[in-house]
Amino acid sequence: MLDFALMAEAFPAILAGTGTTLKLVAGALLCGFFLAVPTALAADSRSRILRGTAAGYVLFFRGTPLLVQIFLIYYGLGQFEAVRASIFWPILREPWWCALLALSLNTGAYTGEIVRGGLQSVPAGQIEAARAAGMSGLLLYRRIIAPIALRQALPAYSNEVVSMIKATALASTITIMEITGIARTFISQTFKPIEIFLVAGAIYLVLNFFAAQLLRALERHLSPHRRPI
Amino acid sequence: MSQTPALSLSGIVKRFGPLEVLRGVDLSARHGDVVAILGASGSGKSTLLRCANLLEVPEAGEISVAGEVLRLKTRPDGSRVAADRRQLDRVRTSLGMVFQQFNLWAHMTVLDNVVEAPVHVQKRNRAECVAEAEALLEKVGIADKRHHYPAHLSGGQQQRAAIARALAMRPAAMLFDEPTSSLDPELVGEVLRVIRTLAEEGRTMLLVTHELGFAREVASRAVFLHRGAIEEDGPPAQVFGAPKSERCRQFIAAQL
Repeated sequence: MLDFALMAEAFPAILAGTGTTLKLVAGALLCGFFLAVPTALAADSRSRILRGTAAGYVLFFRGTPLLVQIFLIYYGLGQFEAVRASIFWPILREPWWCALLALSLNTGAYTGEIVRGGLQSVPAGQIEAARAAGMSGLLLYRRIIAPIALRQALPAYSNEVVSMIKATALASTITIMEITGIARTFISQTFKPIEIFLVAGAIYLVLNFFAAQLLRALERHLSPHRRPI
Repeated sequence: MSQTPALSLSGIVKRFGPLEVLRGVDLSARHGDVVAILGASGSGKSTLLRCANLLEVPEAGEISVAGEVLRLKTRPDGSRVAADRRQLDRVRTSLGMVFQQFNLWAHMTVLDNVVEAPVHVQKRNRAECVAEAEALLEKVGIADKRHHYPAHLSGGQQQRAAIARALAMRPAAMLFDEPTSSLDPELVGEVLRVIRTLAEEGRTMLLVTHELGFAREVASRAVFLHRGAIEEDGPPAQVFGAPKSERCRQFIAAQL
């Protein structure tokens, strides 16, 4: 029989970790986006060096587990004297910043591919029409390419947002007290993993439900041209 | 009228890989000329039109619009690009292009499509542009569709919107690249009527088309292209009625 009293007691405590979870998600998505755009542009650029750099970055961060990336950054970097002596050490020795860094680099790689897919989906004819109308450079990107690419990329990107919300659970492995971190503390005190993880899982479910709804609403708002009259 | 041609292409050579699509073509249009460019598919007529606003950059040759020569530079790999992007962008706004596939911007309403370049490229006053755009949409007969998105319009309506979009830049010349070739037969007429009106207003136009009957009626001059070279060039009566070139004669006979 489930210990409902414990679940009721644990719920507000675990819920208090939502703020930390959301801060990690928001920070990672924001930094990741600023990594993703140059990555996408570099991946399709004329320069072989830029293409190679983008491909290597994406390969590493998509090809290895996020948990390994978090450990490499948190435990691994501190082994190097050069890192400990650098100005980045005050940041890199903090688990919070290490978690944020790993999540950002990870989502940046995935989002880079999503952005690249969005850019490639922009019909060539519409770009040509814009060029013929005297648009080039930033204006062309801002008015035509980016709006079309964004709309194309949004469904794939909402997947990435949901993945990120779940991925923040791994930050608990380096002592971050987000939803899963608090849940694990509770379990070590009560030895009732089912009850506690049910509570934590339910909170993630609700968060993801709202995130997905929000992104779907945004998609609908941005795509009046796809709705029937 | 001024002696400077509205649009002049000289010595245009264009290759796609080993294929030489244009082999030194000279074509110029004076103000008010309606030049029909004819030829079989693969003759290079669309490529020639696309060279006029540098959507294709010719390997050799010179383009000038209202006497202004488009400056080109050669890249290390031998291909050429516009030397001055600002000049190119400015010159492009003076050439209104209409595409076979319409190419309206899907994320904007018809009205936004029409005001886009005047407002954001030419930096004209928005309210004034909207008023002008509404008049243009009225003229091409789709004023009631101005708040619709392209996907909600028929092909003929989209193409008329695209014509309005090109006209909104107040171009010195219009470039039509097979404007009716991807339309259902019953929608061709509504687009041709609009183009005819523009021709009658005395607009300078280059018109690549397979609609030979229409070209004959509307054009002030017809040019027949064959394998990347001009075979026949003259008034429609001559080109359609008494062509000197045997190939042109056969082409016309087969089409009409």
